[in-house]
Amino acid sequence: MTLGLLNANPVVQAKKERLARTQDQHRDYDGLDTLDTKYVRDIRDPEHPYSLEQLSVLSEDSITLDDKLNRILITFTPTIQHCRMATIIGLCLRAKLKECLPLHYKVDIRVSPGSHADEDSVNKQLNDKERVVAALENPNLRQLVDECICSNEI
Amino acid sequence: MAALNNLTEHLEAFVDVTRSPTHHAESLKAIATSLEKGVLSINQLVVEMDMYLTTTDDVVRARGSILLLAEMLDYLKSKPLDNAVVHSLIGFFTAKLAEWRSVRGALSGCLALIKRKGVAGVVTAVDAEAVAKSMAQSIQVQSLALYDRKLCFELLECLLEQYPEAMINLGDLMVYATCEAIDGEKDPPCLMIAFHVVELLARLFPSPSGPVASEASDLFEFISCYFPLHYTHTKGDEASIPREDLSRGLSLAISSTPFFEPYAIPLLLEKLSASLPVAKVDSLKCLKDCAVNYGVSRMKKHYKDLWPALKDALYASTKTDLSFGLESLTSPGFEMGEIHREAVNLLQRLVKQDISFLGLVVEDIRVNMVFDTISRYLRYEEMLDTSKLEVLVVSQILSVSARSSVESCNIIFETFFSRLMNTLGIVEKTSPGDLVHNENSTVSTRLYHGGLHLCIELLTASKDLIPSSEECTSTPESAQQSWCSIVNRFSASLIEAFTSAVQSSNDDCSADAYLGVKGLLAMGMFRGGSSPVSRSEFEKILTTLTSIIAANSAKTVKWELALKALVCMGSFIDRYSESEKAMSYMAIVVENLVSLVRSSHCSLPHPMILEATSEVCSTMPTYVEKMVEGFEEAFCSSFSDFCVSLGPMTLDRKVFTIVSVSISNKQGIESFLISNYYLENTCQVNGNFKSIENCSQLLECVTNKLLPRLTEIDGLEKSLVNFAISMWNQIESSIVFSYDFNGREFVEAAMKTMGEIVGVASVDSQNSIIQKAYNVISSSTLPAMESIPLTVAALEGLQRNLSTRDELILSLFASVIIGASPKASIPDVKSLVDLFLVSFLKGYIRAAQALGSMINKLVTGSGGTNISTDCSLEEACDIIFHESDSSKTICGSETFLGKICLGFCGSLDLQTRAITGLAWIGKGLLMRGDKRVNEIALVLMECLKSTNSSGNALHPSAMKHAADAFLTLMSDSEVCLNRKFHAVIRPLYKQRFFSITVPILESLIVNSQTPLSRTMLHVALAHVVSNVPVTVILDNTKKLLSVILEGLSVLSVDSVHKETLFSLLLVLSGTLTDIKGQQSVSDNAHRIIECLVKLTSYPHLMVVRETAIQCLATLLELPHGRIYPFRREVLQAVTKALDDPKRRVREEAIKCRQAWTSISSRSTPF
Repeated sequence: MTLGLLNANPVVQAKKERLARTQDQHRDYDGLDTLDTKYVRDIRDPEHPYSLEQLSVLSEDSITLDDKLNRILITFTPTIQHCRMATIIGLCLRAKLKECLPLHYKVDIRVSPGSHADEDSVNKQLNDKERVVAALENPNLRQLVDECICSNEI
Repeated sequence: MAALNNLTEHLEAFVDVTRSPTHHAESLKAIATSLEKGVLSINQLVVEMDMYLTTTDDVVRARGSILLLAEMLDYLKSKPLDNAVVHSLIGFFTAKLAEWRSVRGALSGCLALIKRKGVAGVVTAVDAEAVAKSMAQSIQVQSLALYDRKLCFELLECLLEQYPEAMINLGDLMVYATCEAIDGEKDPPCLMIAFHVVELLARLFPSPSGPVASEASDLFEFISCYFPLHYTHTKGDEASIPREDLSRGLSLAISSTPFFEPYAIPLLLEKLSASLPVAKVDSLKCLKDCAVNYGVSRMKKHYKDLWPALKDALYASTKTDLSFGLESLTSPGFEMGEIHREAVNLLQRLVKQDISFLGLVVEDIRVNMVFDTISRYLRYEEMLDTSKLEVLVVSQILSVSARSSVESCNIIFETFFSRLMNTLGIVEKTSPGDLVHNENSTVSTRLYHGGLHLCIELLTASKDLIPSSEECTSTPESAQQSWCSIVNRFSASLIEAFTSAVQSSNDDCSADAYLGVKGLLAMGMFRGGSSPVSRSEFEKILTTLTSIIAANSAKTVKWELALKALVCMGSFIDRYSESEKAMSYMAIVVENLVSLVRSSHCSLPHPMILEATSEVCSTMPTYVEKMVEGFEEAFCSSFSDFCVSLGPMTLDRKVFTIVSVSISNKQGIESFLISNYYLENTCQVNGNFKSIENCSQLLECVTNKLLPRLTEIDGLEKSLVNFAISMWNQIESSIVFSYDFNGREFVEAAMKTMGEIVGVASVDSQNSIIQKAYNVISSSTLPAMESIPLTVAALEGLQRNLSTRDELILSLFASVIIGASPKASIPDVKSLVDLFLVSFLKGYIRAAQALGSMINKLVTGSGGTNISTDCSLEEACDIIFHESDSSKTICGSETFLGKICLGFCGSLDLQTRAITGLAWIGKGLLMRGDKRVNEIALVLMECLKSTNSSGNALHPSAMKHAADAFLTLMSDSEVCLNRKFHAVIRPLYKQRFFSITVPILESLIVNSQTPLSRTMLHVALAHVVSNVPVTVILDNTKKLLSVILEGLSVLSVDSVHKETLFSLLLVLSGTLTDIKGQQSVSDNAHRIIECLVKLTSYPHLMVVRETAIQCLATLLELPHGRIYPFRREVLQAVTKALDDPKRRVREEAIKCRQAWTSISSRSTPF
């Protein structure tokens, strides 16, 4: 890793405002909260001390959720075309969702079309169960992923 | 001799470098005390120290002797010393200054001696001079360590402060020494003193031929290099001097002497033009100090450079977003940064000091250009940002200059105001009273927003310059009031212009309304007799604003602005006690609004009128009085509106008149009864909805707006008491009520208001209200109820409900009793107890609460020498509990109420009411710490058993009421028996009740026979446990934990108990986190976890699930070995919770799951 950063100067966007916890939500509110997408936006970038949301790697529109079929599709955009971190970001997303979501969801993770030089292989790698499990058994990778998904805000 | 022996020991200890600092301090202290006590003299000490003072070992000499001596002197600051001793000591230290090894001791010795103030033993001026000389010649400050440098500066400071004459003799030498000392200093505490030293020097040598004048350039060079101050190391220095203080010190040093002027001003101007904000702020502050200290003649040279720099700073620091919001009506309307504020201060200072500076402002091309800018745009939003900036900054410059002094204000107004008026098309008033012509004039006003803004700023600035009436008489009027006459000439047209701005505004653009109202406000705030705005004009302003309030039918920005402006003017009048204006205000604003309140038919919604009136009127006590009077009248009229609202037939009205006449004559009861019947049938049953609603709103306004401000407004209490009494009068005089739907709301509001008024009133006022209320009660049909014997048959026979009027009277009277303080005298307590007793058995809970309050506040029999009540607590209790003895119709010795509660007699309704009533009475007794509450508690617990003592099954509803009675007993009530209503509260009453009831409840739970009874007992226990302070629970965790857990599982069955379940869960969560409870929690971990896991899927209340999951997460604090076995179970439950319908539960579940996962080394096991 002596090469320095892959993308030394990323564009940082503002965070979206978090829904504040209000008192009136406290009781008497029996409606169903839809499953939301904010679990992943606070994941830290493997390279920079910013969240994926701040780096525009993820946005609310890039996540589609189908509650009937229990499917989730996440499309993320690496900051640069040759980002080696794309797989790590994908891995983080998967690990985080595994922690946060009920078991019955199927998660698909892709890089958005045209945003990565090696799009197909990244997609294949990210959705290959065995490779994901294998990757997460690698202690170094595991540590990196844990660091990224360990966030103060949920 | 012993003292001397000790001394040697201590000396050895102090000199020995290897010992710890605490050791040193101890020995030092020992010697100091013996010196102070006089056991040892300084001479003896010195003789004893001979060896240490003269030894050739540098370390011992420096440390042991000289430092010791110095520190000793520091200790003896207040001890008188012989002059000779002081002289020889200072001589010694002065000599030692030259020896670098012992410099610290010498310095602190000198300092300690120089600092000595007072009667005996002060250093003489000659000695001080010697010290200064020796220091200047032999010490190189910058080569010393930090602490020593600080000592040097302190010594310099001390010398300059205490021996100014001696220092003047030294002349140049001191200045050189200071220069040399400061050069290169970098430590903030040292610099702080150094800057002060410079200041002192400047003060010592003010003459132009003195050493400071001649060395000014060098001295300035040494201090100027610190400007602007910038800390490079911020983290470690938190304890030392903050930047602001140091920068203030530097600023004072720079501005200390006019001799610095040729060097300082150019430097400051240069720094001002820098881009660093700190530099700008510092230079502006410093320039202001310089302007004050250097004097006009010296500053004058720099005006040409100063003005553009200042102007640039203002332009650069102003933001263009002007707010037209409500909150900025009394403020500048835009954000003021620190730079801006300092620039404004400097400008004001300069103009105030020298009027000729204003010449630059007046002639400035940018300032003059602004009129073109103004006339280019009509609306503020249309302006380009640069134009906005131009307008804002110029307004600011002109208004600040105008505010500085009367002369400057005159000049500004003479130069600019007519031009501004021309631009705006506002015409001068040619002769007084010429208003009519002006309205027809051909020149139409053009309401440029920029111009209006400038105009308002100028008016606001000038209003502060009106002298108060005393000053006014002493100064000649002609010279200084020319701006006044200018404003006066335009005032009528200006007011007109502002008025038209307000009126032309529409809802989507608040700028017009804002500027108009702000303008009117500015015109209305000139104070005193010499105000440029005449009284009639002032009244016109008030009329305009009032009409805005009255005319609007919805809450618009305009409405709110006008209201706020009126409130501002009201409080302004109050503050400067302007009697004339107060009269106008009263006549125009207050009376109009109050009459609006009175008339129920106007376009403005009632709550808005009430809001406006209460806001406006609370500015001055007299208005408040007026308002409460108005409220009274309004209440009376609306009340009578809906109480008797007759049909359209005139015949009915006649009947009504006859009826009223017959009542007022107190004759013809028969005809009254007949006509009463007739009336009830002819009245519109629905009453007047609007007036009943108005009435409740009015009462709400009194409770919510007026009562909280009782302490702020004098005389409010009296008016409110009158209001309460007139409420009673009104009720007394009305005969028939008809209310259906909104009636409940009205009664609630009336009860609340009445209770609160009584609560805040003084005892005397309370007495008068109680008396009045009692009279009303006794004239109603209610006394008939007192005579009803307390037998089941009689109570059951009382089928007919109370009439609406009696119900209202009863509820209000109960509220009065609830609010009364223990000192107030209540007439005829015995019959009132009867009355309340009967009425709560009839289902009026308010009566039960009143009875509880009464019981709570009655004096006890033994000490009851107080004649204010005719009935003691014992007697009242006798009436309540042993009434059956006298009637002897039912069950022998046991209390009548208890029997009803237990269902021995009477219907179910009666039983539940009796239980509720008993709870309130019990609460009254409990809070005053009376023993009788124990019996009540026993009765209530008896009710919770499935069968009573005679074997009859208790009805579930009765059991439920009995369980809820424990909530009544333990919780803090909002409506009665609290501090606000003067309840007698014994400390720790909850704890006492807890310790009595909990053991019984526990044993009852163990022995309970039916599931229902068991549940109800748990509910009761939960109420008791969750209302007692947490500390009590924590002391008893061991005993309580198992029963709490059982309660949780029992209560989770039925959704009815969800709130109770939640409060019990909160109790559990409190015990989990505390150290006291941890042992028993750890012992019971398996049960707790089992219970919590069940609750994570509790379907009825989200917070229960959330709290349960949080508790699970907390349990991780227990020993690892204790909880590890439950890992799988918890994780399964929490994983299920990940799919919870509620987001917050899911979030907690994620956190909890992460935490529990992490106690195992590897990731999730499934």
